[in-house]
Formats: sequence, C-alpha cells, structure tokens
Amino acid sequence: MEIAFYLSGLVAVLATVGVITGTSPVHAVVYLIVSLIAVAMVFFALGAPFAGALEIIVYAGAIMVLFVFVVMMLNLRPDAERELTWTHPRHWLGPSLLALVLLGALLALLRQGGVSEVIDGELLTARAVGLTLFGPWLMVVELAAILLLAALVTASHVGRRSNPLNRKMTGNRKRGGTP
Amino acid sequence: MNWWTPELAAILWGMFQALVVLLGAVLLGAALTVVERRLLGLWQDRYGPNRVGPFGTGQLIADMLKIFFKEDWIPPFADRPLFVLAPIIAFASLLLSFVIIPITPGWGVADMHIGLLFFLAMAGINVYAVLLGGWASGNKYALLGALRASAQTLSYEVFMGLSLMGVVALAGSFNMRDIVNAQEGLWFIIPQFFGFATFFIAGVAVTHRHPFDQPEAEQELADGYHIEYSGMKFGMFFIGEYVGMVLVSALIVTLFFGGWHGPWLPPILWFAIKTGFFLMLFILLRASLPRPRYDRVMSFGWKVCLPLTLINLLATGAVMLLVGG
Repeated sequence: MEIAFYLSGLVAVLATVGVITGTSPVHAVVYLIVSLIAVAMVFFALGAPFAGALEIIVYAGAIMVLFVFVVMMLNLRPDAERELTWTHPRHWLGPSLLALVLLGALLALLRQGGVSEVIDGELLTARAVGLTLFGPWLMVVELAAILLLAALVTASHVGRRSNPLNRKMTGNRKRGGTP
Repeated sequence: MNWWTPELAAILWGMFQALVVLLGAVLLGAALTVVERRLLGLWQDRYGPNRVGPFGTGQLIADMLKIFFKEDWIPPFADRPLFVLAPIIAFASLLLSFVIIPITPGWGVADMHIGLLFFLAMAGINVYAVLLGGWASGNKYALLGALRASAQTLSYEVFMGLSLMGVVALAGSFNMRDIVNAQEGLWFIIPQFFGFATFFIAGVAVTHRHPFDQPEAEQELADGYHIEYSGMKFGMFFIGEYVGMVLVSALIVTLFFGGWHGPWLPPILWFAIKTGFFLMLFILLRASLPRPRYDRVMSFGWKVCLPLTLINLLATGAVMLLVGG
C-alpha cells in the first residue's frame, strides 16, 4: 500500500503544480480535478476507502462541476501575459513566508516522534465512520447540519423569483404612479 | 510445477472474470445499438435494418467496420487534449463501474465494501465527459449542450444517491453482494418502491437517454455536445451511452430485483433475463415518450424527486426503528 500512497501523493502534488502554472483556466480546473482524485487515492491507500469515495463524489463529482460550469460560462481564453503579472515574485512572498512557518511547524512535529507508524492497510469501514460521527461527534454533525440549513434558506431567499404581479406594482410605484 | 500456487490460480481466475465482464459489457452495449433499431422499427410498424445477414444481425459488424474506418477529424479550433480526453472519460468511467456488480454468487470482479459509493463516484466523474467534450469542441451548440448536461446531471445526481440510501439502510451495507444476499426473502422493490422509481428516473437521466436527452436534443442543438466528434471518438460516446444503459439496468436488478435470485433457473440466467427486461424498458421509453421541455425536467427533479427521496429515506428509517427497536 505504501507505493500506492507515494505514487498518488506525487500525482496530487504534480497536478496541483499544474493548476498554478497553467495559463488556460479550463486546463487548470481539469488539473484540480486530477489532484482531487489523487487525494482520494491517498485515502484509499491509507485504508479509508469511505473517505476516498466521498472525496470523489462530493469534491470531484459535484463541487468541481460547478467550477467547470462557471469557467465555461465565462469562456476565458488563455492569457499568458496577465498570468505572468500574477505570478510575479512579489505576490509569492507572503504565501511563501506563511507556508515556511507551516513547514517549520511540521518539521518540529516530525522531530518529536510518532512517525514510526507505517501504513498498515487497516480498513476503516463506512460503519466505523458512521458510528464515530453519530457517537462522540454528534454535536459537530448537528451544528454542521444547522449551518447548511441556514445556507440553504439564504440561497433560496436570494435566488427566489419574485412574484410577477408584485414586481409590476413596485415598478409602477417607482415610475411615480403613472395612470 | 511449484509456480502454480493457489494464489496464482486465484489471480488468474479473477483476471479472467474481469476480462469476461469487460468484453461482455462492451459487446452487449454494441449489440444493443442494432437491437434498439430493430425493436424501434417493430414497434413503429416498419422493418428497421434487416439487410445485412439473417434478420439484420450482421448490421452490427457493418456499423463497426464503418465507424473504425471513418475519418477521425479534430476541428482546428478545438482544444486538442481535452477534445481527445472527453470520449475516453465517457467510455471508461461507466465501464469501470461494472467491477462492483455481482453477477452470480461466484462471479463478479471486485467485492468492495464501499461498492455502491464507487458507482456514484464514477457517475460523478462521467459528467466531465460531456462538459469537457462540449467545451473543447469550440462550438456554441456543443457548449449549450454541455451546459444543459451539467445542470441536469447535477440535479439528478443529488437524488440518485439519496434514492439508494434506503436500500443501503435495509441491507445494512454498501457492499453489492450483501445487498443481493439481503434480498433472498423479499426483493427490495416492495419496501423501496419509491426508491426504485426515483433511481430509475435518475438512471435514465444519467445515461442521457430519452426522455432526458436534452443535452443532445437534435431539433434545438443539432446533437449537442458530440456535434464535432467523428469516427471512433464519436463511437466511444455512442457505445458509452449503451454501456451506461447496461450498467443502470444491471444496477436496478442488483439493488431492487434480487440480483441472481430466482426459482428453477440458474443464477446467471436470472440475472440476464432481468437485465434484458430493463434494457427493453429503456428502449420502449425512447419509443413512446416525447421529450419534455428543459425547465420542466429541472423543476421535476428538484421539486418532485428530491422531496420524494427524502421522505422515502425518512419513512424507511422510521419503519426500521419501529420494527427493529
């Protein structure tokens, strides 16, 4: 399983580099999809196929479709010049510094130990995930559900189609009550 | 003979099974193109293709030869890599889903415990074939078809997953073999009738068959996303659609109609008969239903099917708690 883990990890990193360096927006999104599938493969290799399958269904199968949808609607053409100004070293400075701090933290954690555990191919089943979610983490699940419900209500409110009769009346009022 | 170990034999047997399932799915998909034309002809009181071979059975070979030797043209304004990639995704993602289908007690490719989720994941990836194909063609009709397809597939995938969760709850597993074994006494079509109805609708929508073929509506979009495709690339889209039909039929049989279970006949025959029945139903749907308006398709998905699956899931859970607890 280790070789699968490292291979898919490599693919994920390379695909993510492709997302950043590519000039064509649609190609970048396709690289991002490949990267997500590679991350799902990492989950599979770690013995968590449930998380891997959900990663593909939710991220690659649903959310990225919306990304592709929007990019296609905008119909952006590859724009190497503008891309070049965006990838100016000045813009890289802040993110690089922050990432460096994270790298330092990671190295410090790794030095402390706990890395002796190797991938043992233990299978984490959907049943185990469900029992954990609805056992000790029930509160978090409920909070997430409430948050999603609020988002749903907001989205349906923002995206609602106003009553045509109502719109006509307000339109008349705006024009100053013409007969 | 020390290299001939039981492990090697098991591996070879598994590979043989996978190969048979793969070839069977592709050949059945290809043969269906001719079967469909003949059946449509019979139902519409005409002959259909009956010139090549006895009863037109040679039409399949003639069609294959033609499509192999057609010029495979890539338009100069197309986005080449994605244009080539799209039909591969269309074909491969649906074909890969066949690994989870248990055909008989001893015959099946992979016995994954996330079985059903694997199909949903592959169905999710299958969307990109249409989307990327339509965009990469650089044609406005193809793009319109692709946009329609993405909106439609997103709407129908949401409740496709939900419609199957009732079955998963009853069987207590995502594994397809467990689901079939749980139907030994009672097929899931009876306790999960609404799940079956919504899954069938979603399955038709996912394969872009009539009456959900808005993405390729001939009258308005001149064939939609595969308008610029020719030769074998078009062939892969085309056969991919029929492979999807076989897949959805086999899934319906496995999930709701007891898979290989049945009296008297051997399991493989039962599976084949049930799958064939649903394939005929797919073709009959195309022969008999007109194409609904696009906005009606969308509002039907969101306003009828999604609430229905949610209520179905809620009722299933309630009944299971009442009976079990």
